[in-house]
Amino acid sequence: MNTSKLSRRGFLSTASAGLVIGVVLPEKSRAQSGAATAFDPSADPATFAPNAFVRVAPDDTVTVLIKHIEFGQGPNTGLATLVAEELDADWSQMRAESAPANDELYANSLFGLQGTGGSTAMANSYMQMRKAGAAARAMLVDAAAAEWGVPASEITVSKGRISHAKGTEAGFGAFAEKAATMTAPAEPKLKQAKDFILIGTDVPKLDTHAKTTGKAEYTMDVYRDGMETVVVAHPDKMGAVVASFDDTDALKVAGVIAVREIPHGVAVYAKNTGAALKGREALRVTWDDSKAETRSSEQIYADFSRAAAEGGRAAEEVGDAMAGIDGAVQVIEAEFHFPYLAHAALEPLDAVLEMTDGKAELWMGSQFPSLDKPTLAATLGINPSDVQINVMFAGGSFGRRAQPTAHVAAEVAEIAKAAGGNGAWKLLWTREDDMTGGYYRPLTVHKMKGGLDADGNIVGWHDVVVNQSIMAGGPMEAMMKDGMDPTSYEGATKMPYDLPALKVDWVRQDSPVSVLWWRSVGHSHTGYATEVFLDQLLEAGGKDPVQGRLDLMKGDAGRDRGVLEKVAELAGWDGTKVKGDRAYGVAVHESFNTYVAQIVEVSDQGGFPKVHKIWCAVDCGVAVNPNVIRAQIEGGAGYGLGSVLFDEVTLGEGGTIVERNFDTYRMLRINEMPEVEVAIIQSDNDPTGIGEPGLPPVGPAVANAWRALTGQAVTKLPFSKSVGV
Amino acid sequence: MKNTLNIMAITALMAGPVMAETVNGLRTVNEFDAIEGEAERSTALFEEMMVVIGHPRCLNCHPVDNSPRQGMDMQMHEPPVVRGEADFGAPGMRCTTCHGEQNFTFAAGGGSIPGHTPWQLAPIEMGWVGKSAAEICAQIKDEERNGGKTLEELHEHNAEDGLVGWGWHPGEGREPAPGSQEIFGELTKAWIETGAACPAG
Amino acid sequence: MINFTLNGKEVSVDAPDDTPLLWVLRDEMRLTGTKFGCGIAQCGACTVELNGMTRRSCVTPISMVEGSYVTTIEAVEGREARAVQAAWEAIDVPQCGWCQSGQVMSATALLREIPNPTDEEIDNAMAGNICRCATYVRIRAAIKNAAKELEG
Repeated sequence: MNTSKLSRRGFLSTASAGLVIGVVLPEKSRAQSGAATAFDPSADPATFAPNAFVRVAPDDTVTVLIKHIEFGQGPNTGLATLVAEELDADWSQMRAESAPANDELYANSLFGLQGTGGSTAMANSYMQMRKAGAAARAMLVDAAAAEWGVPASEITVSKGRISHAKGTEAGFGAFAEKAATMTAPAEPKLKQAKDFILIGTDVPKLDTHAKTTGKAEYTMDVYRDGMETVVVAHPDKMGAVVASFDDTDALKVAGVIAVREIPHGVAVYAKNTGAALKGREALRVTWDDSKAETRSSEQIYADFSRAAAEGGRAAEEVGDAMAGIDGAVQVIEAEFHFPYLAHAALEPLDAVLEMTDGKAELWMGSQFPSLDKPTLAATLGINPSDVQINVMFAGGSFGRRAQPTAHVAAEVAEIAKAAGGNGAWKLLWTREDDMTGGYYRPLTVHKMKGGLDADGNIVGWHDVVVNQSIMAGGPMEAMMKDGMDPTSYEGATKMPYDLPALKVDWVRQDSPVSVLWWRSVGHSHTGYATEVFLDQLLEAGGKDPVQGRLDLMKGDAGRDRGVLEKVAELAGWDGTKVKGDRAYGVAVHESFNTYVAQIVEVSDQGGFPKVHKIWCAVDCGVAVNPNVIRAQIEGGAGYGLGSVLFDEVTLGEGGTIVERNFDTYRMLRINEMPEVEVAIIQSDNDPTGIGEPGLPPVGPAVANAWRALTGQAVTKLPFSKSVGV
Repeated sequence: MKNTLNIMAITALMAGPVMAETVNGLRTVNEFDAIEGEAERSTALFEEMMVVIGHPRCLNCHPVDNSPRQGMDMQMHEPPVVRGEADFGAPGMRCTTCHGEQNFTFAAGGGSIPGHTPWQLAPIEMGWVGKSAAEICAQIKDEERNGGKTLEELHEHNAEDGLVGWGWHPGEGREPAPGSQEIFGELTKAWIETGAACPAG
Repeated sequence: MINFTLNGKEVSVDAPDDTPLLWVLRDEMRLTGTKFGCGIAQCGACTVELNGMTRRSCVTPISMVEGSYVTTIEAVEGREARAVQAAWEAIDVPQCGWCQSGQVMSATALLREIPNPTDEEIDNAMAGNICRCATYVRIRAAIKNAAKELEG
């Protein structure tokens, strides 16, 4: 797509693709949600930037260009639904296509750059895509009115057909060309919620067929003429670098083309994957560990624990928590340990880069094209305008492909640069590379202290959070205020509970271990620590887990209250925590402006929890596609459950990473997946995220049920480490 | 990248000449010559056979339940698999869904997946995990619980069966069973010849 | 040269004996529906049909398929496969989709042997197929729906 052809009217004709309808959107539509504050696009906001989202082909198909990467969370379907709704299209004519990397056209209005994350796809596209659809509809109607010689007001559009009472009728394709000559409405009229036809229904997902038949194309499926496959020997310790290497045997492997050192390892170039892997096996690399993390996880926990005792900087303070605790009748303390976690998306990291006379074309599941592009260009020493990024389907991400360091794009660029000249290279990370490659959910300690008065009411709450910062030390550092990184403790602060005295401290620790946002980011541990500890306090105070929470909720915590009451109703909560061999636990947690409460049913199976059922209530504003919402809740809960039960990336003695593949880093399997029942709260609020919020409550709910069943409070994750199997 | 010890190579070095008193952690038959009483000698020979039988390489596929074990710590098999009607896995996931005709070293290194034809669990009546030497001894002599084998056939099984023999050639990243199949066969033979006595329960 | 029948056609491959079938399918045959997830037979993303049985292609040396019949997701057929794929689409099982070729292959194999599987039989057949998106609730439901469809 040649963006320079976009006119102020917002139309673009292309030779090959029929008609592209772009839409001029006013600045005010660019920030839809309070979540924008975390990613304030303060620097030079491009006003009236034209956005090209809708393409109507002569064959009536409507293709929506999706600026968010599709890795299962459903933006292709969801965003196309928004366009189709306002366009009055028939769902069967809708198609979705990944938008190319282009900041001007496809920036995430909440980030100010093109990227997916923070469960923002729906939140930041809701009005934008609807306006794109509405504008397209208006132009098509104007075109039809001109052609038929009737007033536009007499024309109706329904299920992809444009018609007039006189009996004339046509599809969109017939007017695609003429619509390009119409004037775009400045402020296209949008439907009222009561008139929605597609929004709020379970329209079938656009990518299901391709993914069921093996036809969906991901990065790893890209093959270019003359392409070499490259695997890189990476260090076993975080932060180690190459000291020396011996490629004598590697070069003897049939099919190995070359071995070259690049900044983060030694790259083996080969004719195919088999040769590349064999070549790497034959390679001898000596690593320089002088700057590596050489502490074990055990040592890091000990260090973090000491740091917690020393105290940190206040992230939130209400009243005098210390005085509250000092004056308490009963004081409860707990130290929670959360391990490093790998995202372990099932498609390991990969990229394909082709160089042609100084121009680069990249195929990648790029979650931050805006960062991948300049990094790639800078590494190669070319102009960003000479870089084309094809955003591919990604076999999962869970945060792993949202790389502030753009390290995969950088690595494939280094590979091309080391080889020099024209060519094509596929960078393949094996599962072992992926799992030992860092960018983990930060190892975190929560040191918690709570006090109760004689009536069992909480009179003081102190939570000291100790971990590495995700934002520090990279391009995201600029977004930190006063050196504080909210992603380290989000969710420990701003709890929905009205506690008379509360203090949340953060202690930043540094390590050569690289860390990254992992599905639900800070909430992945704060949700657990706060909801388990609160449950312990409620129990000690003789309160019911559900009613006790409701009684504590702030006046403005209506949506938290709503999901908790709903889930209690759904699960038939009657205050009984144990019935026969089954126990029930509850947790509620808001993340990314979406409110989720869960109740789980757990039994003791050979000394380890078996989760039978999860009831869940979710409030994510307008439910654009309830089916996708349910799927994300099911998946988020399953992802979270597997992690709290089984997962830990352990730094062993000397800092060597222990878990290297799924045999030791256990994925939840089908036999361990509970039944999931989801209730979606009816809402007129603008839609908020759904990819992440289903995760945080599941761990604490299971822990609370397990404590009710066995008396054991699990504070050191994963369960498999704390609970004997 | 080669971090995994090549256990096979080390084993070969340790094995040394056949005359050695202990070969790779297993005593040879002549080590028992000095024991006077035949029953006593027989029992001692069986105890030595137990060094092999009780090794995870052998025990892991002789569970008393429906799931094989894995590794020196005998963890549950991962992924979870079940015995199935023919001790060969479940419809949709047989043993051969993953296990091939021979051991296969992973393309990216770091170990191997064991293989042999056939590859399957010992029938449940031949389950050994958690049982004493006396119980196992009684079990393997009992034709009802040893696959209908005479003692002679039992010797042949121990000395020559390919899947039994896999225990000494388990592939990269796995510790072989003690001794060798040859010595295990000789111990079995000597045990039978001395009356196939069992240790006291 | 290794000769075998791939998706109904006889093919010859010139590759070292220990090359995993997975990489022959992808790199040489460009049949990319079969996915790489772990390389150690833990995840099932690479599941194909070898002589009518499910097989993890990442741990299958190409030498092992000499004279064999290999079927991949691109050509899996028969009423069970059709029922499985239709059931998958009807309730939108896939999320990221990376594991789903393998899931479809395993589910098809299950239904060929057990037309109306219990929950336990579904677990036994499918526990070797990891879905990191945890679409398991729907995988189970789709298998049951497919079974109903097959019952007619």
